[in-house]
Amino acid sequence: MALLEVSNLDVRFALRQGEVKALRGVSFSLDRGERLGIVGESGAGKSVAAFTILNLIAKPGYIAGGSIRFDGRELTTMKPRQLQQVRGNQISMIFQDPMMTLNPVLTIGEQMIECLKAHRRIRSRDAREIALNKLRQVYIPSPERRLDQYPHELSGGMRQRIIIAIALLLDPDVIVADEPTTALDVTIQAEIMELLLELCEKHNVALILITHDLGVVSQVTQRTLVMYAGRVIEQGPTREIINDAQHPYTQGLINALPQMATPGQRLNQIPGSMPSLANTPPGCAFHPRCSFSVDASGERRRDCREVIPAFVRSGNCDVACHMVRELVEPRPAERDASENGPSEQREAL
Amino acid sequence: MSEVMQPSQRPTADSAQAGETLLQIRGLEKHFPLSGDFLEQLRFEGGKLKRRQEFVHAINGVDIDVKRGETLCVVGESGCGKSTVARMVMGLLHPSAGEIRYDGQRIDDLSPRQLLPYRRRMQMIFQNPYASLNPRMSIQQTLEEPLRFHHPDWSRQQILDKIGEVMASVGIDPEWGKRFGHEFSGGQRQRIAIARALAVEPEFIVADEPISALDVSIQAQVLNLLMDAQEAHHLTYLFITHDLAVVEHFGTRVVVMYLGRVCEVAETRSLFDSPRHPYTQALLSAIPRLEDDGPDHIKLSGEVPTPVNLPSGCVFHGRCPHANERCRREIPQLIESQGSQVACHGVEEGRI
Amino acid sequence: MTTASTSSPAPSRWARFRSSYLLYSFKRDWIAQVCFVVFVLLVAAAILAPWLSPMNPYDLAQIDILASELPPFWIDGSDPQYLLGTDAQGRDLLSTILYGARVSLIIGFGAVIMQALLGVTFGLLAGYLGGRVDAFLMRMADIQLSFSTLMVAIIVGAVIKASFGGAIYSEYAVFILVLIIGLAEWPQYARTVRASVLAERSKEYVDAARVMGFRAKRIMFRHILPNTLSPIFVISTVQIANAIISEAALSFLGLGMPETQPSLGSLIKSGFDYLQSGSWWITLIPGAVLVVLVLVINLLGDWLRDVMNPRLYKG
Repeated sequence: MALLEVSNLDVRFALRQGEVKALRGVSFSLDRGERLGIVGESGAGKSVAAFTILNLIAKPGYIAGGSIRFDGRELTTMKPRQLQQVRGNQISMIFQDPMMTLNPVLTIGEQMIECLKAHRRIRSRDAREIALNKLRQVYIPSPERRLDQYPHELSGGMRQRIIIAIALLLDPDVIVADEPTTALDVTIQAEIMELLLELCEKHNVALILITHDLGVVSQVTQRTLVMYAGRVIEQGPTREIINDAQHPYTQGLINALPQMATPGQRLNQIPGSMPSLANTPPGCAFHPRCSFSVDASGERRRDCREVIPAFVRSGNCDVACHMVRELVEPRPAERDASENGPSEQREAL
Repeated sequence: MSEVMQPSQRPTADSAQAGETLLQIRGLEKHFPLSGDFLEQLRFEGGKLKRRQEFVHAINGVDIDVKRGETLCVVGESGCGKSTVARMVMGLLHPSAGEIRYDGQRIDDLSPRQLLPYRRRMQMIFQNPYASLNPRMSIQQTLEEPLRFHHPDWSRQQILDKIGEVMASVGIDPEWGKRFGHEFSGGQRQRIAIARALAVEPEFIVADEPISALDVSIQAQVLNLLMDAQEAHHLTYLFITHDLAVVEHFGTRVVVMYLGRVCEVAETRSLFDSPRHPYTQALLSAIPRLEDDGPDHIKLSGEVPTPVNLPSGCVFHGRCPHANERCRREIPQLIESQGSQVACHGVEEGRI
Repeated sequence: MTTASTSSPAPSRWARFRSSYLLYSFKRDWIAQVCFVVFVLLVAAAILAPWLSPMNPYDLAQIDILASELPPFWIDGSDPQYLLGTDAQGRDLLSTILYGARVSLIIGFGAVIMQALLGVTFGLLAGYLGGRVDAFLMRMADIQLSFSTLMVAIIVGAVIKASFGGAIYSEYAVFILVLIIGLAEWPQYARTVRASVLAERSKEYVDAARVMGFRAKRIMFRHILPNTLSPIFVISTVQIANAIISEAALSFLGLGMPETQPSLGSLIKSGFDYLQSGSWWITLIPGAVLVVLVLVINLLGDWLRDVMNPRLYKG
């Protein structure tokens, strides 16, 4: 059984302009010790997904439907107190900005010990020993000294190491890392990623890595989820997605990277920009930017415009695209399909 | 104010020789005082009042040449001083020492009035498209103001035509002129910022991390736009970035900076094929690659030291795997080595 | 995040206002609505005082000394001609209150305009130019703040009275009070403006303007100033209330408006002697009007601060 099973998750934000559907029918699962990447641009809903897994969605956001099963227990209906236990003990989180997690007026040691004591019956001296041990695991030089330092006395890379140590403090089953290295320099980023990878492998901790950086995903994760406008549009083994993406958006994203073009030549850009979640196009949300959604006569295909694509299996990947569906399951007669009305649900907007 | 804005004799890029030096930076230094005003600098030490000043040594002797028509990329990690160089070139900061020459003329000591003719020839694109547009001005006003200022003799129609032209050239519908910046997405705002820079028809543009605040698919659009503009207007770019993949694609030559000094200057191709300076090597190996089979990255010990107390000798020696006694003692100078310039004793001695 | 849609035309100013957060939160906040209505009514009544009030308290011919100290209409012995009763000199209280509110509001707004002109200019200069200019102006502000408004008023008032005589003072009392309160409180503006100028100056649009070669004056007034209007707006509401209170306090102490030209403060003062003899309305009704006026302005200011707080604004 999977460690984490998210199915059909809907998250909405009640704003004054109306309801914004931040996540729509997001489903995925995570096995013990597995490393999953969630990739998407800003506004794709990847951070909302992370916050929802920890049930940290604050007003005006709320879970409108679907379920999150963790270790056999349903998180969406759990009482706050139980949730608190799960959150600290079994799932922990690493944020983009280390200062978001670290309290600037407490020393590193105080914060780590407090965290341990909140979740376990433990003496301060033992807690300090555990904290020291975790700091050694993340290769912090002279850990004894660090325990008595304040966060502002440490460099960015060092802080992020401390955050990882805190995340590991209670031996969690899953770490959710939301853009953990975006604020860091390339050389530091590489070190932190390597460290995270090593620790997850050593302690058999599952990792959900949320990032916009395809390079990082390809280095660290085994499976990848690509999100666009609040939906998952493609998921599968990372290598397969990087080397042979099926969904036009994923392809576009990879091809837009400078290293995919001949130096000095134009890059392969995707036209337009991500729609705002308050105003997502009907049908496939990507269709206004998709070159494949135009048929031979130069018109936008009707199914792309009107029907939300369901997942189809292609290789080891699940892809939500009408084009890919046609390639994978050739239809008897093309006219037929569009006239009978497709069986998938229509956009309810 | 119009009498100072005589049309400057600007050579068109066609007539000027390609490869001629457009911008020359020599011995540039910038120190930021860290210890406040006079009263705050007084310390009571050993029974005496002493005045102690501390400085952040952001730039410590930088030489850079930008040739006409090229894209010179300046790369480095945060705190290496690359943005400070850009801001000094644009006159937003005054150098503590050294000189900046533009087209042969020294510009770092000019008064704002004397600098005015250069303002049209040199423009800047900023990192954060959410902050670089005045939130209280419509797009029309944002683009109109520089034109009115630099071309007081233009008629209203001329100005409107020019605005329409630059908006169209950056892919923004001229109909949107009445809208405000916050109504646009990050990519669109950056296009507008580029339009503002292009409106005064510059020949040289300093771009300070122009795409790092943007999404991947938008980055490609903006980079393409910058390349198109370069081709259309024969622009020269000084491109500040930390993203080496962009440099590899976009740059003609690359300057690698570390802690306010230049480590290596090379043609893009040769830098990426055979980086010479140990820091460049580490930097290149740290790029997260899509391929699985990339070489292991070179681990650097420690982190970038603070620029308040600069290390003696080579600024990189504390993290360099090849450092020896001479590196700790003596500041390396940029020397020619196989077509590129490297500031490293190890390379000079043939150790690396 | 909002993105301009490709088709729709740019909204007009009115459409922008209609979809603005300001209007949205106003519609949902009944306290703000009530305060706004009360404030508008008070201001309108004060402006229209010459037409609304039954008699002109400045016109000695209309004053009937025999009708002094008549109670308001709900108390026995009142005269229906005088709705809120009369004061010790036989003036209709309703009329004096309307005229008094007019004087109070004129001084309040006038003083705030004065403060804003001084404070915004100095704040902009200090924040944008920095260095010595900043140090000099801010020390001036500190010195100014170390004198209380009352002290400044007493000194200035005494000097003017001594040099020009009481008659001149009475004639120009409104201007003198505007000047005194305006001078005493400009540092509030200067400090607020300086703080937001410092924040704005580090933003890239200011760098972009500098790179364009615009002069300091243009950048300060055309680029930075419009972006510091929100805090100026918020502080103005508080300052209007403060100025009205200051004026009332000065008048109550006999340093402000003369009784022939009563403001709310001098009305309260003039009735104070009769409080013990049972004619409480002469003091308490103008007092209540003053309290309501200041309260609604302050509540509106609170609401405005919440709305314009950029952190909440983002939402």
